[in-house]
Amino acid sequence: MTALPRALLIILILLLLWDFLIRLTGLPPFILPSPWQVAQALFNNASLIGQHALTTLGEVILGLLVGSFLGMTTALYLTHAPSARAVLRPILVFSQAIPVFALAPLFTLWLGYGITSKIAIAVLIIYFPVTSAFLDGLLNTPQGYLDQAQVMGANRWTILLRVRLPAALPSLGSGLRLAAVYAPIGAVIGEWVGASRGLGYLMLLANGRVKIDLMFASLIVLALLSLCLHTLVDRFARHKLDSPQ
Amino acid sequence: MGQPDGTLSVTTVFDVTLRGTARVGTEYLFPPIEFTLRAGRWTCLLGPSGGGKTMLLRLLAGVETSAVLNGAIDCTDHQPLHGRLAFMTQSDLLFPWASVLDNVCLGASLRREAVDKTRARALLARVGLEGYDARKPHQLSGGQRQRVSLARTLMENRPVVLLDEPFCALDARTRTEMQTLTAELLDGRTVLLVTHDPAEAARLGQDVAILTHAGLQKIATPTAPTPRAPDAPDSLAFQGALYRLLMRDAEAGEQQ
Repeated sequence: MTALPRALLIILILLLLWDFLIRLTGLPPFILPSPWQVAQALFNNASLIGQHALTTLGEVILGLLVGSFLGMTTALYLTHAPSARAVLRPILVFSQAIPVFALAPLFTLWLGYGITSKIAIAVLIIYFPVTSAFLDGLLNTPQGYLDQAQVMGANRWTILLRVRLPAALPSLGSGLRLAAVYAPIGAVIGEWVGASRGLGYLMLLANGRVKIDLMFASLIVLALLSLCLHTLVDRFARHKLDSPQ
Repeated sequence: MGQPDGTLSVTTVFDVTLRGTARVGTEYLFPPIEFTLRAGRWTCLLGPSGGGKTMLLRLLAGVETSAVLNGAIDCTDHQPLHGRLAFMTQSDLLFPWASVLDNVCLGASLRREAVDKTRARALLARVGLEGYDARKPHQLSGGQRQRVSLARTLMENRPVVLLDEPFCALDARTRTEMQTLTAELLDGRTVLLVTHDPAEAARLGQDVAILTHAGLQKIATPTAPTPRAPDAPDSLAFQGALYRLLMRDAEAGEQQ
């Protein structure tokens, strides 16, 4: 574990640089608060930030579960449906060409200010990477595995579930790793557009009231949340999905 | 009948004949041939890369290939070949996510049949991998993976076995050991071994043929039983003859 001390050292250096910059330029706290002021805001508003963080975390986790499930199901279906693949693949790509920022207001209009619209945006943003990565894996099974299964007399469903699926798990892992990073972005975009809870909402609120220290504190909690989520998904993928090499 | 070591002695009684030619797009790989795998014997098919020997094996196996067969595959007992053969290749031998034992039992589990784990363990012991049940393929050496693959092939217990250059990635000593073991354990079955190695054909071939763009050429083999000693004068002379034939074809090909 030499990675952890090194990461802590880098963070410490960045904090000192931040502090030094403020002392050098004399920026007022309502433009850029010092790290110590942010730490104080974090400490004083711990329960407030915690409540909002919990909402965002819930949205992100539900978004991840629903989005991954939908993505995996789509990929499995498309593997054996070449004509549907020809139709759906361009649509999938096209859906990625529309910025999710542009769709967020629509989702809020359709699904309301509650948690549903945020989950929907998170789902939308991760659906493509999960589907795309998993489908690539399912379609690129080494020919030798397929030959062997065919000569052994496996039918195509058995081949899909017992050969293509396990061979595609490392690719699914790459998709899920991306999803873990994107899902919080989706949830926060949803909260910016219209919400009464969540870290995105709290950041907007703090910004509007010129509580820049609180805004930074929320941002840091959001970043930590995303980091933890990514680490968890990465661990899961490494142990359960990646090929043992 | 079943042996205590899990091997089932099989004597295949039907010949398999492929008549016709193979086409990739509009290009024919070789002129029409008649290629027979004689019952219960090892047929070695030699030839340069791109000559169509792997295509021929894949057509026999009935797996996906870019070649189309213009002709037919017949068995002398008038039953279809499909479902009566096993297949062993050089690469992608084993499923990396499955244990050694699960890999050996793969065929039955893919067909959703009852899995005879006792026999699978006995076969693993027979190929020298007793106690390796729970290992994963990446924990094995190349030679050990080939042994697992051989145990899986025996587990399938098919009268016809197609081998596509299965030993060419192994070092000389492991290769010789694997050749001997495979020859011993597949004895009595009809085997097609596709190889580019004249030494391998000289050791294992009871019938030997060379496939090139010019067609199929059957070669008379030494009378010594297989597996022949790699350093026996007969084997070496035969190996030399095969080598000269391959080189001559290569030169003829370059002059075209």
